[in-house]
Formats: sequence, C-alpha cells, structure tokens
Amino acid sequence: MNKKPIIEIKDLVTYYGSRKVLDGINLQIMPGETMTILGRSGCGKSTLLRHIIGLSKPSSGKIFLKGQDITILTENQMLSIRRKIGMLFQGGALFNSMPVGDNVALPLREHTELEDSTIQIMTRMKLDQVGLAGFEDFMPAQLSGGMKKRAALARAIAMDPDMLFCDEPSAGLDPIVAVGIDHLILKLKKAFQMTIVIVTHELASVFLIADRVALLDEGRIIALGTVEELKNSTNKKVQQFFNRIPDPEKIDKDSYLNSLVGENNKL
Amino acid sequence: MIKLFKQSLGVLGRQFFMYMTHVSRMVQLTRDALYWTVVAPLRGKGGLRWKSTIHQMVLIGVNSIPIVATICFFVGLIMAMQAAYQLERFGASIYVADLVGVSMTRELGPLLTAIIVAGRSGSAIAAEIGTMKVNEEIDALRTMGFNPVWFLVVPRFLALLLVLPCLTLMADLVGILGGFFLAVFNLNISFIRYFNQTADALVMKDLITGLVKTVFFATIIAQVGAYQGFIVKGGAEGVGKSTTTSVVTSIFLIIVADLITTMIFYSTL
Repeated sequence: MNKKPIIEIKDLVTYYGSRKVLDGINLQIMPGETMTILGRSGCGKSTLLRHIIGLSKPSSGKIFLKGQDITILTENQMLSIRRKIGMLFQGGALFNSMPVGDNVALPLREHTELEDSTIQIMTRMKLDQVGLAGFEDFMPAQLSGGMKKRAALARAIAMDPDMLFCDEPSAGLDPIVAVGIDHLILKLKKAFQMTIVIVTHELASVFLIADRVALLDEGRIIALGTVEELKNSTNKKVQQFFNRIPDPEKIDKDSYLNSLVGENNKL
Repeated sequence: MIKLFKQSLGVLGRQFFMYMTHVSRMVQLTRDALYWTVVAPLRGKGGLRWKSTIHQMVLIGVNSIPIVATICFFVGLIMAMQAAYQLERFGASIYVADLVGVSMTRELGPLLTAIIVAGRSGSAIAAEIGTMKVNEEIDALRTMGFNPVWFLVVPRFLALLLVLPCLTLMADLVGILGGFFLAVFNLNISFIRYFNQTADALVMKDLITGLVKTVFFATIIAQVGAYQGFIVKGGAEGVGKSTTTSVVTSIFLIIVADLITTMIFYSTL
C-alpha cells in the first residue's frame, strides 16, 4: 500500500473563541478507505469534518485534498473543489423549499451541461440507489427522519464524488433505520470505490463499516488503527469508550459546595 | 467615580465596535451581491438564476399589490382631507390636486411602498435565509459548490430592484386616485379639472426622483434582510430575533436614505 493519501491533515489547530477545539491533528486517509472519526460529544469531531471540507478555516495547520492545500484557497476557488465532494449533514440539510427530486437534481442542473431529460433519469437512478424510487415529488417535510437522510445521501452522491463525508449518519434514528443507512453506505462504497469519512459516536456503525478508526479526545487523536487494534488497546480512554464505561463521579465536597454557592473566586 | 466613568466608556466603545463590525460586514455582503449581480454575469462566471428571480418577483411584488394599493389609497384620501381642511378657507381647494400629486410621487409613494415591502418581504428574506442557516442548508449549499450569495441573495436582490419601482408607480397612481376620490365626491371638483390640475402640477422630475429612491430602498431591504438571515444563531429564537431586527434596521435605513436623497434633490435639482 504505497499509495499517496487522498486527504492529509497536518498539525491542525483551531480555537473556538479562546477554547482550543482541535489541538494538533495529524491524519492521513488513503483512497478508497472508510475512515471513522469517533469521539464523545463536543470533542471536536464535527469541527474537524467542517475543516476538511473547507467550511471553516483553521487557526493553523494544513489540509491537503488530493495534494491541494485547501487552507490557502479563497471561497470561490473552494467552490470547484467541492464539486467532487459529497457531504451528508447531520440533519440531512435538504432544501425545504424544493421537492426531493429537485434537491438531488440541483447540483446536476447547475454544474453540468446535461439535458433535462438526462438529469431526470440520473435523479431517479440516485433515488433508486438509496431506496427512494418514486419519491421525487415529495417535499422534504413529508419524509420521515430516515428517509430524509437517504434523500440527502442521494443528493450527496449526485455528482459521483470521489470523497463522501458523513456527519453522524445514524444520529436520531432508530437502530433498524440506522443500520439500514450503514448498509447503504457500505453498498455505495462497494459500487463507487469512494473514500468515505464518517464522524460518529455510534459504536455499532463503527464495527460495521470502518476500515480504520481515529479516536478523538479533547481535540487530539488518542488512538488510530483498525477496529481490532483499538479494541485491544491498553489506553484507558480507548477502553472506556469501547466498553461504555461512564465517567467516574467526582466526590470532592469542597468543590461541590463551591459550585453550588458560586464562590469560585477565592483563588 | 473615575472607575464608573471608565467602565461606561468601555461599554460604549465595545458597543460601537460591535456596531461597526455589523456595518462593515453588511457593506461586504452588498459588495458581493453587486459583484454576483452585475460583474460576474458579464464576465461569464455564473449566470443569473432567472427562474428563482421570477418566483421571488411574484412573492415580493405581485403578492403585495393589494396591501400597497389599499394603504396608498387611504393615505391619498387622508392627505386630501387634511389639505382641503386648510385650503378651503382660502377657496383654493383645487390645489388639493397639486399637493396630493406632488407629495405622493416625490415622497409618500416610494417611502410607503418601501416600508410595506420591508415589513412584508424583508422579514421574509431574513426568516427564510435564517431558517436555512439553522438547518445547515447554507453549509450544504457551500459544500455542493454554490456561493450562497449568488444562490440566495442575488435572485431576491434582483427581484426587489425590478419590482419596487413598479410597485411605487402603482402606489403613486392609487394615492392620486385617493385624492381624486375626495375631490370629486366631497369638494365638488370635476374629474377633468382634477386630472388637468394634477397633470399641470407634476413634472417628470417628480416621478424620476421618486423612482431613483426605490433603487436605494430595494438595496437596503434585500441586503439587511439577507445579512440578518446569515448571522442567525441558535435555532428558532435566533430566527425570530433576526427577523425583528431586519425590519427595524431596514425601516430606519430607508428613512435615512430618503432624507439624504431628498436633501440632494432639494439642493441641486
């Protein structure tokens, strides 16, 4: 495996106000790989994803997509790169003002010179791939949560991207629908050989679809490897995550009392 | 005492800087919108979205015809009554036609229309873009390779630029009709006399100064609405807040712009 990485992140640091959200992230993702970024809520994993697709600019560090440093590009230069990227947002982010079919057809209509009849056929194909054939004329508000995610996935793959990014694909879905989405992602991966990056905290999804896992904690990658490697890791935090152990309760009378009466200023 | 003074200066300074960042970002947005409306299509870097523009023209323009017409008719009527109350004493009630015609075309037509449209459509622009922001739809647009300003702001901006002058012309006409209504049924001035009097009183300049104003008003309504939409934070409550702010800000700016343009017309033309 001497291929060049398709996504490369170097020393990425980001602040949110004065809080350090990402603290020196280094990560390489190979073409065709499914990388899951795992971590507890608020550890910065969604922020990392936003940086990779260039929605936010980092404080320092570099991000290379196919060898191109995207941190120095302007918004307009980014636009053409993003056409080769598919992104599935947490809430689906379908355009509520247009029917599902138009949602999927939109990138094709605006970015390609295809005939309208061709676009219609392609739209139906994409919707069929996610199991939503015949739903072109439904408005997003008429769909259930799982169907919205599927429709959003169809829109994300409309332009046949090389890279697919998913932000919490199974958040807020029941286990059966969630595993359905996971299988769908697997199916797409097999069919299109896409590089897939998934941000999640759902262990079941990780076991099913991940080639490699990066475990994020307080803005750093504390473990990186296959699912097996991480399961056998001796790192306490990794074990805590994989064995679902809650944080130990803090039993410090003084600090508890202080936090109740608000006397934090006797430093 | 000095501490209090320092503190209040600090608060004042912070407020001022916050205000200035809003202003500079709004100017930035306006510049972007102008670029994507005028420069980019000419350079062939992305055409205009006419379908969406026409849809917005219907929403902003056609749908506000009834309310604009009703309000301007009433205001024309009110003005005619107030003017007649004074002018009748001098036996000069025919000058109601001049007063209503000139003030409607030069001032009240454009201003009332802009204020109604700001309340009706400016708020809708802010709410729509704000909701899209909350639902990550703006981010989705950007990841799909679309510039949100080009995709969302330009059609609304263009629609307002095209529709507001038309609405204003209609408002002028309906306002004059309101005055005419009173003159014919209450002041016993004949239809022909009122018409001739209005036609004599009005010059082309009156109409044009009114229409020039609408260009500024349209820009204000579109940019303030869009800006307030883009800065929405934190869900439904944020959308509500931004919507309110957009209406208050645009009405304020409309009146300021009106003052400035009127001053320029008054002193130079």
